[in-house]
Amino acid sequence: MMPDLGKYAFAVLSSYAASLLLLVALVGWTMWRGARVKAQLREVEARQERENG
Amino acid sequence: MSIWEYANPKRFMQTSAWVLPWVAVLALACLVAGLIWGFFFTPDDFRQGSTVKIIYLHVPSAMMAINAWVMMLVTSLIWLVRRHHVSALAAKAAAPIGLTFTVIALVTGAFWGQPMWGTWWAWDPRLTSFLILTLFYLGYIALWQAVENPDTAADLTAVLCLVGSVFALLSRYAVLFWNQGLHQGASLSLDKEENVADVFWLPLLVCIAGFVLLFVALVLMRTRTEIRARRLQALLARERLA
Repeated sequence: MMPDLGKYAFAVLSSYAASLLLLVALVGWTMWRGARVKAQLREVEARQERENG
Repeated sequence: MSIWEYANPKRFMQTSAWVLPWVAVLALACLVAGLIWGFFFTPDDFRQGSTVKIIYLHVPSAMMAINAWVMMLVTSLIWLVRRHHVSALAAKAAAPIGLTFTVIALVTGAFWGQPMWGTWWAWDPRLTSFLILTLFYLGYIALWQAVENPDTAADLTAVLCLVGSVFALLSRYAVLFWNQGLHQGASLSLDKEENVADVFWLPLLVCIAGFVLLFVALVLMRTRTEIRARRLQALLARERLA
């Protein structure tokens, strides 16, 4: 049930596509970097704990 | 209990871990509901046709682009006055989110402007101040990357944030200062005559709530990452010294 966007279909659909793409990229990057830093920190903490007894 | 307790990184991590999932779920729910409502279930405007559907992205992202800078200004001032590291890291965390919202506002504005104004871009006061705000966001992010000492970086970016606030406020109020611009007045107003019609207003409010909550969720998530990254750097530095 796609609404009839008439002659403005390109403008409307492009706006939604570009915005959603940017939002998904931002959320994805935030989650990826968060997971990476968390894993690195866990690894270093574990290593230092082993070394320090 | 004082609000300054949250300046303690450990306390911030505990509280944000509890709050974050709720805010994230609410943000997703509001965004999905608001955008579906606005895109599929609102009529065309008698003048703008279906391009009116762009306001559900353009207005919330433009609002949050400015509000993100205001949040950065407040946290930067807290850093400068009280030297709380969490506030400096929160400002750093908010910048890429604000930049993304600014780009969305500019891109959706261009897609709307082409059929309505007959041009993708005009050197209108609001558009121009928004473009300058984008450059300030880029400069702010670059400055954090360029300075090695985190405290110096926080000091310099806080000063940059104070300067950029002029353009953040200008982009909000530019339409009131200059009359020669193409950009229309605020879409949301307490004046019934100026406000958008109810049929557009309600889904727009839901979308705005979604963008606000998404901003909060992302700032919490990114600040948590920045705190962990700072600890990681400290541990690695200690390892090198040992």
